[in-house]
This record gives sequence, structure tokens and C-alpha cells, in this order.
Amino acid sequence: MTVTIYIPRDSGALALGAEKVAKAVAQEIETRGLDAKIVRNGSRGLYWLEPMVEVATDAGRVAYGPVTAKDVASLFDAGLTSGGEHKLSLGDPEKIPFLAKQTRLTFARCGITDPLSLEDYRTHGGLKGLENAIAMTPADVVKQVTDSGLRGRGGAGFPTGIKWKTVLDTTADRKYIVCNADEGDSATFADRMIMEGDPFVLIEGMTIAGIATGATKGFVYIRSEYPHAVATMQKAVEVARKAGVLGVNVMGSPNAFDMEIRVGAGAYVCGEETSLLNSLEGKRGIVRAKPPLPAIQGLFGKPTVINNVISLASVPIVMDRGAQHYKDFGMGRSRGTIPIQIAGNAKHGGLFEAAFGLTLGEIVDEIGGGTVTGRPVKAVQVGGPLGAYFPRSLFDTPFDYEAFAARDGLIGHAGITVFDDTADMLKQARFAMEFCAIESCGKCTPCRIGSTRGVETIDKIAHNIEPEKNLALVTDLCNTMKFGSLCALGGFTPYPVMSAINHFPEDFRPTPVAQAAE
Amino acid sequence: MSMQAASTQIASRATAIIDEMKALEGPLLPILHEIQEEFGHVPAETLPIIAKALNISNAEVHGVVTFYHDYRNHPAGRHVLKVCRAEACQSMGGDAIAAQISQALGIGFHETTKDNSVTLEPVYCLGLCACAPAAMLDGEVIGRLDADKIEEIVQEVRS
Repeated sequence: MTVTIYIPRDSGALALGAEKVAKAVAQEIETRGLDAKIVRNGSRGLYWLEPMVEVATDAGRVAYGPVTAKDVASLFDAGLTSGGEHKLSLGDPEKIPFLAKQTRLTFARCGITDPLSLEDYRTHGGLKGLENAIAMTPADVVKQVTDSGLRGRGGAGFPTGIKWKTVLDTTADRKYIVCNADEGDSATFADRMIMEGDPFVLIEGMTIAGIATGATKGFVYIRSEYPHAVATMQKAVEVARKAGVLGVNVMGSPNAFDMEIRVGAGAYVCGEETSLLNSLEGKRGIVRAKPPLPAIQGLFGKPTVINNVISLASVPIVMDRGAQHYKDFGMGRSRGTIPIQIAGNAKHGGLFEAAFGLTLGEIVDEIGGGTVTGRPVKAVQVGGPLGAYFPRSLFDTPFDYEAFAARDGLIGHAGITVFDDTADMLKQARFAMEFCAIESCGKCTPCRIGSTRGVETIDKIAHNIEPEKNLALVTDLCNTMKFGSLCALGGFTPYPVMSAINHFPEDFRPTPVAQAAE
Repeated sequence: MSMQAASTQIASRATAIIDEMKALEGPLLPILHEIQEEFGHVPAETLPIIAKALNISNAEVHGVVTFYHDYRNHPAGRHVLKVCRAEACQSMGGDAIAAQISQALGIGFHETTKDNSVTLEPVYCLGLCACAPAAMLDGEVIGRLDADKIEEIVQEVRS
């Protein structure tokens, strides 16, 4: 029987040498004349073990990692094809604590299946949600999504079902489903992993959204920094179209739905939904004032559902297992699971999907294992460049939209960057302002001008020029940006800046000038 | 080839791209991507051609081309190295790595070496945040940058 060897084609694995490993494995299969094939899967998200090679044996999958091209020959010598022991053996991947502790709903197939095999997708429970949706009325599909408690995973946390209902209730000759795959926040890679590792789940989610709201056309707007995700999604759309999952008769039903993959052009602000819509229309990515809501007048002025990749990719499981199954996970008003991305200076960096409610300390210290440098954790930034820096004293904060808001922070797209004690929080605050200045669309003054003045003022504090007065000025400026900006770029930049100032005041105090020790 | 002949050739290649793509909904960005793919940058003389074909003003096309970081108004070096400068990479010493790369290549960010071998650009996140610091060389991703990997990159762009 042909042995299947899995080698990820996920960008993270590729960045760590997966391509060379795949070549070496193919070479060994040929020279040894083995009956084996290679499947390029997605990543399981255990990045400290990537490239993680897996073999399907009679006793289940056996993993090895992190594998380099140099290890390949010795892996075959050790009997890789039958799961033989080797110094890189990890055993059953599902039993690795990082994976065993997770609740994988959205990422159920990621890293397990061949991303471009629709047959694999079906075998592992795919398309059941879509089949159920086709058999229901649009209103019932919307109700099920609403009842699941699913909220926008892009960062804003707006209930997905409510958005869909507005589009369903708005009459128009044409409606659109837009997937926001402009995942620009540092520390986040969940969207990328899904698009590279399980693209059909996103296609299925968007198709369900189309059927539920009466939209017939979808767009996935992927950032240009993700060429591998773009390529995989394009291939997956072609496969889905050929199989009749997309087209004029979705899965043989009277519903029509098709989609296109579009590529961004390097503007962070296009992750903001109205700016993204302008970009899709071929305009500058300038933020639009709301109202009108995109659900009423969105892409080309038509009613548009615009959701994040993870929101849409979570819909199939809701439609498959039912609203209650999804809702049973989580806490408070944060229902279901959230793919937490542990990044930066973390010993065990990667993707950890779990029900809402873990504390920040559990995530960083226990799951993430502290820092890779071995130094103490000084701060973690939660929610990307617009998220707050949390000190250790707030590590009891549970992962929940409202709990983070109560502590002047945000979950955002659930990325966590870990910093050790060498981090200079004044520098991080300055970077937040600098990033806002680079990426501002320029439409509103607090963001466009405020960010530049912010960099200058923080520089003055760094140079010990009237530090008290300038700190007060930065605080005042942040207040203006927070309440006076049109979108989250200018409006949330104060989160990292003010959290750095409030939680790490020692980094903003003038450093005593060192005296020459003569 | 004379200047005029070169310009005519650019116009005809651009027109072919535009004709192929203008039926798309919201065709401007896809057209610009394709033009940049074809020429390595978006030549100034293509802008009025695009404007006319899409029935929009020259100013609108100019506005779009200059808004997005990706579009170039002149060709890049033979290789393009994008180094991530965002927070997750910063937390793993990305600033020092960026400085080492800049020094090894002898150029700053947004610059191209005199021999035209490589253009160095900052990028704000490649989604490789659990394999930081990260970079992308001609579309190939590289994680956990260190002195050895920088040396490999320098060798490759100089070869």
C-alpha cells in the first residue's frame, strides 16, 4: 500500500525550509524505490516544530520535527515510512500537549488534509454545513448564525448574524459577499493558515453567506504579502467551480454563487472594511464615513456582507453541528472558539484554538511556555499594532471581548506578541505612532497629522526635553485621536501608546545622564 | 530601439492587458498589478491609457497608483528583499537584524544597490510572526533570520 507522507506547504513551514525537506524526501523515495507519496498539507500551527513531517501509519499519524533537509536520510534509515523511532520523533501529533489541549472547530482540518483535495475535505466533514444551508430558508440560516453567538473575528466583534440579517432584509438587484483577508496585524496569521491549509472551508462559509443573504457574487480580498495564500485560494476556487460547489447551481441547488480572488497592494488601512470596499472598486483605500452601513450600501453601492476570514470559516461548523453546539463553548457574550495566535518571543509560538475564557497568563506562560530567549516576559501586545500592551499584573484578564475592553485593551484578531524584559516600551509607543503615520489613509486629521506629531512628541520625551509637559501632550493627543478619528487606525493607535505609558511609566522617565567615571 | 518605438511598444502591451481585464468588476487594481508584473513597475505613460480605457480621469489613476505601497514608478533591482519591521519581528531582535542586512548590502531601506542587484524594502508583517524575524526574497519566505541566513541572502543577491 502506498504510504502517505505529509510535508506542510504553509508559508511558516516554507520559511523554515519545508521546500528543501520535500525535495529531499522525494529524492529518498525515488532512490530507495519506495511506494510512498507526498501530500503538501497545511500547518498544524506548532511553529517551533515546523517543518513537521507526518506519516500515515496503520496506528495513525506519526510526526517528526523540526525536520531539516539534512535529517531526511537518517529519518528514512530509521524507518520513517512505518513510523520508526528517530531523535526527531514526536509520536502521535494529536497527543502533543499544545494540540491536545485545543478545541479545534474552525481549524478542524487544518494540517490534516490535502488543502486542494475536495475529496479529503468531504471525508473530514466538509460541505455538510452547506448541504444543510441549502435545505433551509435563508432566514433560518441567518437565525442559526445569529443564535450561535458568532461575532466578527476580524477584531470589531460585531455579531455576524445581525450583519447578515441586514443584507437579507435589504432589497437589491445584486448583493455581494466580501471576505476581508487583509490580515495586516502583526502577530496574526490565522487567516493565512486557513487559506493555505483549508481553503474550502472559507469557500463553503462564503457560499453559505451568499445563500443566506441572496448574494450571488463573492470576493476574497487577500493582501499581497501573502502570495502563497493567494495561489492556494485561486486553485481551490477552480476546484470548487469544477465540482459544482460554486457556479449557477451550487451543489445542484437552484442557488447561484461564484467568487473571485483579489489581491491588495500593500496598504494596511485596507483591512478597514470601508477602505477595503473602495480598494475593490479600484479606488484609493480611503475610509468611508458610516452610515451608510456596507450591509445597506457596500460594494458598488450594493448590500454587502463583509466578514473576516475566520468569521466566514467558522460558519460551516455552525451550520453542520448547529448553533447550540458552537454556542456551548466560550464565556459571557464571547461564544464559541477563538484561534489565538501566539507570536514573537514565545517559546511555543503558533496557533491555539480554544473556547473563550483562558486567562492571558495561561496563554502566555503555560501554553506559550514563556519566552524563547529564556528571559522574563515583560509585556504582551494583544490585538496587533492597534492593541494594548499588557503587563504581567494584568495576566489574570480572561480572553473575552468585554473583559479586554474593561481593561482598556482589545482582543482584535487574537494575535499576541510576547516581549521579554529587553523591550523598551517608549520605543514601542513611538513605533505605534510611526506605523499609524506610514499607513494612515489621510482622510481625517487626527490620524493623518496626530500620528506624525505623536512621533515627534515621543522623541522629545526620549531626549528628555520637558518630559512631563510632553507626556501630558501625548495623552491629550491620544484623546483627540481616539475620539476624533474616522476609523480604528487613528482611533485605536492610542491603545498601544497609552497602555505603554500607563503600565510601564519607568520607560518614559528621563534616564539619568551617566557620569564619566574618571 | 528609438525612444518613440519603445514608448509605442509599452502602449501596445499595456493596451493588451487593459483589454483583457477591463470587463472585471473594479478592474483598476488587477490591471495595475498586471502592468507591474509585465514591466516591473507602472510606467508613467500607461496611466493616461488606463484612464481613457476605464473612462476615469488621469488624476484618479495617479491617485490610486501613488496611494498603494506596492506600485513602483521605476523598476526595482534584480532582486527585491522585503524585511519585516513589525512588532512580532521587533520582539525577536528584528531591528538589529534589519540594521545588519542594511549594512551587509550597503544600502538603506527604500534603496537599490548601485549595481542594481537588490532593492531593500520594509514590510509590515508577512504573517510569519511565530517564525520571527522574517523576510521575503523575490516572493520566497524566510523565517528566523540570523547571521547565517543573512549571509545566504547576501550571497544569493550578489550571485
